[in-house]
Formats: sequence, C-alpha cells, structure tokens
Amino acid sequence: MASLLEAVDLGLVRGGRDLFQQLSFEVGPGQLVQIEGVNGAGKTSLLRILAGLSRYGFSGRVIRHAPLMYLGHHSAVKGMLTPRENLAWHISGEGSYSPGEIDDALARVGLYGYEDVPSHALSAGQHRRVNLARLYLSRAPLWLLDEPFTAIDKGGVAELEALLVRHATAGNAVILTSHQSLSVSYPVAMLDLLTGLAA
Amino acid sequence: MWSFFHKLGSPPWLYRIAGSILSWLLPLTLVALAAGAVWGLLYTAPDFRQGNSYRIIYIHVPAAVVALAGYYVMAIAGGISLIWKMKMADVAMKSCAPVGAALTFIALVTGSIWGKPTWGTWWVWDARITSMLILLFLYLGVIALYEAYDNKDAAGKACAVLSLVGTVNIPIIYKSVDWWYSLHQPASIKFTGESSIDPSMLYPLLLMIGSFYALFTCALLMNMRLEILRREARTGWVRKLVGA
Amino acid sequence: MAPGALAFCSRILRRQLVLALRRPVDIGNPLLFFAMVVALFPLGLGPAPAALAGFAPGILWIIALLANLLTADNLFRGDFEDGSLEQLLLSPQPLYLSVLAYTLAQWLVTGLLLALVSPLFAVMLGLSASAIPVLMFSLLLGSAVLSLVGGIGAALTVGLKRGGMLIALLILPFYMPVLIFGSAAVQAVAGGMDASAHLAILGAMLCFAIALAPLAIGAALRISIDA
Repeated sequence: MASLLEAVDLGLVRGGRDLFQQLSFEVGPGQLVQIEGVNGAGKTSLLRILAGLSRYGFSGRVIRHAPLMYLGHHSAVKGMLTPRENLAWHISGEGSYSPGEIDDALARVGLYGYEDVPSHALSAGQHRRVNLARLYLSRAPLWLLDEPFTAIDKGGVAELEALLVRHATAGNAVILTSHQSLSVSYPVAMLDLLTGLAA
Repeated sequence: MWSFFHKLGSPPWLYRIAGSILSWLLPLTLVALAAGAVWGLLYTAPDFRQGNSYRIIYIHVPAAVVALAGYYVMAIAGGISLIWKMKMADVAMKSCAPVGAALTFIALVTGSIWGKPTWGTWWVWDARITSMLILLFLYLGVIALYEAYDNKDAAGKACAVLSLVGTVNIPIIYKSVDWWYSLHQPASIKFTGESSIDPSMLYPLLLMIGSFYALFTCALLMNMRLEILRREARTGWVRKLVGA
Repeated sequence: MAPGALAFCSRILRRQLVLALRRPVDIGNPLLFFAMVVALFPLGLGPAPAALAGFAPGILWIIALLANLLTADNLFRGDFEDGSLEQLLLSPQPLYLSVLAYTLAQWLVTGLLLALVSPLFAVMLGLSASAIPVLMFSLLLGSAVLSLVGGIGAALTVGLKRGGMLIALLILPFYMPVLIFGSAAVQAVAGGMDASAHLAILGAMLCFAIALAPLAIGAALRISIDA
C-alpha cells in the first residue's frame, strides 16, 4: 500500500522549547488521522509543516506523494466576491470546476440560494461553509484540515464527518486537528505529538 | 574541508575562533590605523589646489569603500543563510548591518566636512555623496526590517532577501546617480575626475583602506560574538562561560 | 487535471481585477491623491507658470512614485489576512507567474490609470504639450517597474502589523533610478532633445524587474507566511 505522506524525524523548537521530537509516521490510503494534543502543543504547526507552509524551528523531512488540500484557520473567502466566484476563482491551483459542480457543492454545505450574495453579507459560519464546499470540489487525495468543525452547527458537523469518512473510504486520506472527538463509525487513527501514530 | 564548514556552523567554535582572531587582529588594526593616520595627516605634502583640507580623504575614502564592500558581505552572508540554512551566516549578516551603517555615516559626515572648505557649503548633491546617502538608506532599511519582525528567524530571512535585492540594485543606483549628476553638474565645481593622485598621497591612503577593512572585520567579529552570546544565552556553554 | 500555468494566471488576473473593480473608490484614491498633491506644488512653490513648468517633469514623476508607493502595501495584505495567500503558496502552479499576474493586475488599476490621467495634470503644471506623450510613455514603463519593486516591499512586510511606513523605507531607494530616468526623459523632451535613450533604459529596467522581482517576491512571501 503506497503511502500518501511520510514524515521522518520531525522536530519542532519554538521559543527555545521542544514541542516535539523525532516524530515519524506514514499516512496511507484510507486513513483518517486526528492530531491530539493540548493547546499550544503544536498541532497547527505540525499541520502547516506537513502542508509545507512552515519551516521555522523545524527539523526533519516531509515527503508528500500526492497533491494536498489544506484548510487553515482562515476561511480564504473574499468578502467582495460571491460564494460562487470564491469557488470558481480559488487560487489553490486545482483545476477549474464547472458551474454545476460549484452550485452542487454550495447546496451540499447548505448555501443554496446564497450563491450570488456578496460574501461579506454572510455570517462567520457561512464563510466556513463556503470554505468547506472546497472539500466537495477537491480532487486532491490528501486533506489537511485545521479545526474544520469550528463555527459549524450540529447538522453541519455530521455532514462533514460523513464527507471525511467517504473521502477516506474512497482510498484517500485525511489528517485533521480537532478539539472534539469524531463520532464516526470508521477507525480514526490518533496521532499524539509525543508518542506518534497509534494504530 | 567539509569538517571546516561543519565547524563554522557551531556557535561555541565560532565564538572561540573569532575571539582568537580578534586577539591579534585588533591590536594590529589599531597600529595600522594610527600609522596610516599619522603618515597621511603629518607626512604628506598639502594638495596644490585644496591645501590641507584634502587630508580628510584618509578617513572619507576608506570609510566609503569599506561601507560599500560591507553591504556585499552582508548580502553574501544573507544568501548563504538562505540557501544553506546556516545559522552563523545569519549571525554574520545581522552583525554586518550596524557596522556598515556606521561606516556609511562616517563617510557622509567626513564628506560633508570636506565640502565646507572645498565648495563653501556643508552639503552638495554630488554623485558620490548622494550614492552614499542612498547606501545609508539601504542599510537602515535592513535594520528597520529586522527590528520589525518579532520572529527573528523570519527577520533574518527577510533581511537576506532584501539585502540580495539591494546587491542587484546597487550598481544600477550608482550608475543612475552618476549619470544624473553628470547631466546636472554645474561647471564651477569640478574637482572630481581626471585628477591623478600622487604616489606620496596614495600609499598612506592604501594603508588606511587596508586598516579600515581590518577595522570592519574586527567590529563584525565583535558584533558576531555578542550576537552568538545573545542567541545561545540559555545553552550550557554560555552559562559556563559567564560562570553562572 | 491541474490547469495550465497561463490559465491559472488569467484566473488570478481576473479575480484581482474583479476585486479591484468592486471597490472603485480604491481605484480612484491614487488618482485623487495625484490631483491633490499636484495642487500642493503651486501653493508651496508659488504659481509662477515658468517655474512650475520647469519643475513639472520632476513633480509629476515624484507624485506618481508616491501614489504607487501608497498602493504597494495592499498588494498581498488582503490575501494574507484571509488565508488566500496560504492557498496560493500551496498551489502546484509556478509562483513566479502567479506573482507576475498579481503585479500586472495591480499595475492595470494604478500605474496604467496614473499614466492615462497624467496629461491632465501636466497641462495644469504648464508642461509643454510636446513632452506629454513622453510623460505618458515613461510613466507606463516606469510605473510597471515601480509595481514590481513595490511588490518586493509588500511581500517582505505583509506579515507585519505595522507595514505601512516600513515599506516606504525599504523600497524608496530602489525607486530612485526609475525616478532619475523617468523625469530626465520628460525633461529632455521639454528641453527640445530626444528621449529615446532614457525610455530605452526604462525599458531595460522593466525587463530586468520582470525577470528578477517575482523571484524575490516569491521568496519573501514564503518567509512572510511562516513568520
């Protein structure tokens, strides 16, 4: 089974403190990985390192075998663009999506009827939903999600969980940070920053 | 060879070696500076046009030459730290900026003092002085950028990019300013150009330029030692060194 | 399935232009700034037409330069704050071209417009009519260089809360050669000489900036995103 992402001997030093050391793991198809740790343990930093956004204080190697989709704290939604435009003109370098695909994705995140409203008129939760619509469109096998459940209501959480499971079942992989544990009937691998990946 | 580079990356080793270089280079520099100054100021003939006031070139020219070279040292160190992620190159780059800025400032002040008896005014928009002023701005920009970042790792990298951009731009700036000056040059002030320098004046000048390079090296090494101590303040070897 | 690099660039260009056009005030502001500063010079220097006409090439070029400087900070700030910049840096597309598309979009709504309205202000300052085409052309070429160089400053300071003043300190020295040749070109024509050499040098500067500035901007963005 080919792995989608390998991390070798990761170490992170911030402000003179070792956050983690010699962290090695491999994420393969079908895996749903949740990064565990208290606040300030370096969960977000690890995710950014895995994505390739961050190098500061970092040692070790990350080998990415597949294109990835990273959703961070910020929603990357432009207030001056409508949700439809935000998705059509996304700058993450993936292919273009057809208008049908985009409307479908927006409907799935509960934004039916909001496609052409300027995004600045939407709520924070709706911004998150526009962002999550990218997941419905994404063709990247590897998803790195930083606190994807923030500002999402209960129904949204359940749908998102179902989406993550579908993605993993289809032979892709998800790595996410979250304060709450996932209520899914799918094996979730826990990645502890100090002890590594538990089977 | 490889182990030498490896050692260069080790702060205690660099701290020690910089200290032992300084122990002989610093006295030598001071002697050379004193010798060059006495030779230039007391034992050369006055210039037939400018009298004694020209003697300030023994400070002005070396400061200007080394200030410009210092920018390139800074940029090269920055490039090394960007490409090979060498922490000690980052220390060198950061330590270069204040030394270079100080030398540029000295060159500007001495140039302005020289301008008073020569041109009758403290400041003239002469090509060289204008270029030095821009060089000072470039140095101050690097220092300001470094101070603006809280994350000093990113600060070092950002300054490295800025100083590399500066390196590419300095020749363009210098050439542009030269051209601009030749376009606007009033006929009455024309001391620069086609004046050949007498060997009796040249040798002390060369000695002073050499001493200023050595002075720059000393100041850079001292600054680097300070910066190494600051960055490594929590490590065992520094604690042992200061006897804490 | 990834789109071609050029398709991706045109997507960025379109996005940036639509974003700019949705805030027409932001496009108008530099032009208004241009007009206001032009009005300052007769107030400060006196209204004598001959003196103003003599200084007009320099005045117009300095104002264009300052107007460009004031817009430089915005180039990446919005995208940095809402997380879009992270997405751009993660994209498998060549960052060099993406950055070029960003600066092109910015130039279209600042430098190009400034150049197009400059004849109006040139007339107000009494610049001779024969110099106006060269003024426009030198501004077209020169402001593109300014946008690219300004992009370096913007990328270096985008991660900082207080970038506004700093960016001016960083990039003004790099603006000076453009100012020298831009205003000299206009002066030359106003003085009855040929300006093609000046314009050629500005063109060379533009080629040089297109070749190198995006590299510096890309490197600076990667640093800023990690700060």
